[in-house]
Amino acid sequence: MSIELIIGLGVPIVLIIVGRIVGARIERAHFEDIARREARFLEQPALSIKRLAPPASIRSAELATGSVVVSVDHFKRFISGFRMFFGGEVRSYATLIERARREAVLRMKESQPDADAYINTRLETSTISSASGDQGMGTIEVLAYGTAVHYDRAP
Amino acid sequence: MILTNIENVPGRQIVQHFGLVQGSTIRAKHFGRDFAAGLKNIVGGELKGYTELLQESRAEATSRMVAQAMELGANAVVNVRFTTSSVAQGASEILAYGTAVRVE
Repeated sequence: MSIELIIGLGVPIVLIIVGRIVGARIERAHFEDIARREARFLEQPALSIKRLAPPASIRSAELATGSVVVSVDHFKRFISGFRMFFGGEVRSYATLIERARREAVLRMKESQPDADAYINTRLETSTISSASGDQGMGTIEVLAYGTAVHYDRAP
Repeated sequence: MILTNIENVPGRQIVQHFGLVQGSTIRAKHFGRDFAAGLKNIVGGELKGYTELLQESRAEATSRMVAQAMELGANAVVNVRFTTSSVAQGASEILAYGTAVRVE
């Protein structure tokens, strides 16, 4: 076997295997971290409505933002390549989007940790393209922003 | 300066409208960050360099919007929106816009 073939085939395979093992571990750790932090904010919901029901009176309001850039590992990128060929749902990217959105919302909440609620929460997603070709494929930025409000008193 | 992304400032009365104010910035990623991100791409996860870059850009766009509002004599910007668009490979524009108002 020629050295070019070993490098040409071996390097991508190693990267895919490394991506599969390390990527899955990072993802699991990230989801556990998200779940733990979300538990803290159970009483402080992020709402997509603009006005709260009458009994709640708002004392102060401030803009809160949170953003994150997340990318998938090489293994998922490789798998999704097949999916692009046959069509259908790309499940390997679903977790990417999910963890980015949940992380962004959490960061928004953490930027104003003592607010009672976050109203008119919006999620903005954009893809990050790399200067060096399609390397940025599977990399997204999610921005969550809303108005952090403090109630006059606990409703 | 009060910023909200709803149409009013809760608990305050809007007494004057100054119209649309906006701030934007176009940022390119620098090579070092792109390289580090390329490595991080193998295992996936958060690309902290890019997160920081975009947060800085958004803060810059917001402060430009606020500066414009202050020039008009406003003390709040309501209905703030953020958008991102890529203008070229590796460069993106971040825009913040809202309505400048004066509240009591």
